[in-house]
Amino acid sequence: MDIKKVEKVVKKKKADFPEQLIEDIAEAAERHKLKAAELDELVGNLKKAYERAEVESGEAVGTVAAQSVGEPGTQMTMRTFHYAGVAELNVTLGLPRLIEIVDARKKISTPTMAIYFDEDYAADEEFVRTMANRIGKITLNDILMDFNVNYGSMGLSIEIDEEQVTEKRLDYDEIIKKIEKAFKKVEINKNLLSFEPTISEAKHAIRELRLLADKVRDLQISGIKNIGKVVIRKEGQEWVIHTEGSNLGAVLKMEGVDKTRTTTNDIHEVEKVLGIEAARNAIIHEAQTTMEEQGLTVDVRHIMLVADMMTADGIVKSIGRHGISGEKASVLARASFEETGKHLLRASIRGEVDHLTGIIENIIIGQPIPLGTGSVGVIMKQRE
Amino acid sequence: MVKKDILKHKLVPDHVVLKKNQIVKVLKAMEVHPEQLPKIKLDDPVVKAIGAKEGDVIKITRNSQTAGKFVSYRLVLG
Repeated sequence: MDIKKVEKVVKKKKADFPEQLIEDIAEAAERHKLKAAELDELVGNLKKAYERAEVESGEAVGTVAAQSVGEPGTQMTMRTFHYAGVAELNVTLGLPRLIEIVDARKKISTPTMAIYFDEDYAADEEFVRTMANRIGKITLNDILMDFNVNYGSMGLSIEIDEEQVTEKRLDYDEIIKKIEKAFKKVEINKNLLSFEPTISEAKHAIRELRLLADKVRDLQISGIKNIGKVVIRKEGQEWVIHTEGSNLGAVLKMEGVDKTRTTTNDIHEVEKVLGIEAARNAIIHEAQTTMEEQGLTVDVRHIMLVADMMTADGIVKSIGRHGISGEKASVLARASFEETGKHLLRASIRGEVDHLTGIIENIIIGQPIPLGTGSVGVIMKQRE
Repeated sequence: MVKKDILKHKLVPDHVVLKKNQIVKVLKAMEVHPEQLPKIKLDDPVVKAIGAKEGDVIKITRNSQTAGKFVSYRLVLG
C-alpha cells in the first residue's frame, strides 16, 4: 500500500508515529490487503499500543539506562579474553573497552582503522597493496639486506635490498632523499650506504656510534603519522586495510580511499574530523559492538541516551568525575558522588546555593523526590 | 579532502541550518528556550562545512535504529 495513504490515516487519527512504523504499517497493509476501514482500525489500535509503550514523563530513564548497561557489564569476564586478534592486530574488547568509551579517553589503548576504497579500486589488489605501503609504517630496517657496525673505523655501512624496495612498491630515489635529509654524514654508492657518527668527545665515541646505528635502522621511510602495522584483508569482493594506530584526517585525504565508509575506533578523532554528531554515532556503534561481541544485548535506547548525554554540550564528555557527574549544578549531588570533601569545601568558600531540584539532594535532606508521581505538584482549591 | 566531503560520510547525519521563522516554530512546538537545546560548537567541522553562524539552530536528521529517521536540533555555540 501507498505510504502516503497510511500517513494520511495516521495524521487523521492524530498519532505521532516514527517513519519506520509507518513503513511497517504500509507493508502489513499490503500483505494482508487491508480495506480502508480495516486500516483505520489498525492505526487506531496501534496508536493505543504505541502510547502505552511510551516512556512516561518523570520516568528515571538515566537510572534505568545505568542499570541496563551495568548488569550485563558484570557478566563480562574481568580482564580475561579482552584481547582478540583480528588477523594479526590486537583490539581491546570487553569491559576495558567499554570503560574506555564511557570515560571518553583521549588516548585509547588500541586505536585501529578500517580503510575502504572507492568502487574503482576496491577489487584492485595491486592498488590496495601500494596504498597499504604508503599508509603503514616502514622503517629502513625493513628493507635492509646487510647492516654492519664497524668499531675499528668507527663507521656504519648498510646495504639496501632492492628486491624488498620493489616488493614494497617504494620509490628508491625518495628513500635516498629521506636518508640524505635525516643524516648529513652519509656516502651513497648505489645501494651501499655508509654513515659516520658526529663525535663530540672521544670517550663517548662508541655510544655515539651505537645511537647512530639505532637511528639509521628506525628511520621511517614510508607511512602516515601515528599509524603502525597494517593488515590487508579481503572482505567479500573488496580489499580492506586494517591498521594499528589511527589518523582519520590524513587517510581521508588520500586518493582512492572511500570517504564515506572509512572509520576509526577513536571517538575523539571522529569528533575532530567529522563533528559531534558523528562522534555520537561512533559512541553508539562502538558501545553496541563491544557488548554484542561478548554475547550481550542491551537495548540501543539506553546506549543512545548515554551517547546523547556525552555529546549534549558540543564536545565529547566522559561519564563520571571529570565529565557529566562532576558538572552537576547541585553541590549535594556532586558531593554524594565522589570527592565529597572537595566539593563541600569549595561550595562553602564560594557560597554556592543548592536549589534542591534534583533527586539526590532531596533524598539527602529527606524530602519527596521529583521523580515519577513526585514530579508534579498539587494545588488545592481554596474553600470558600 | 574538500570540506564538503565529510558531509557524505556515513557517520555524519544531515545537518540543515534553520531559518528564523522555522526556529520560532520548532521552539514553540517543543516548548523550550534555545539554550535548552543540545549544543554544537562553531568550530565543529560540519558547522564549518555548511557555513552556520553563532546562534543558528541546526536541524539534524539522524538515522535511528529504533525510529528510522529522527529529527533533532542543536544550537550553534560561539
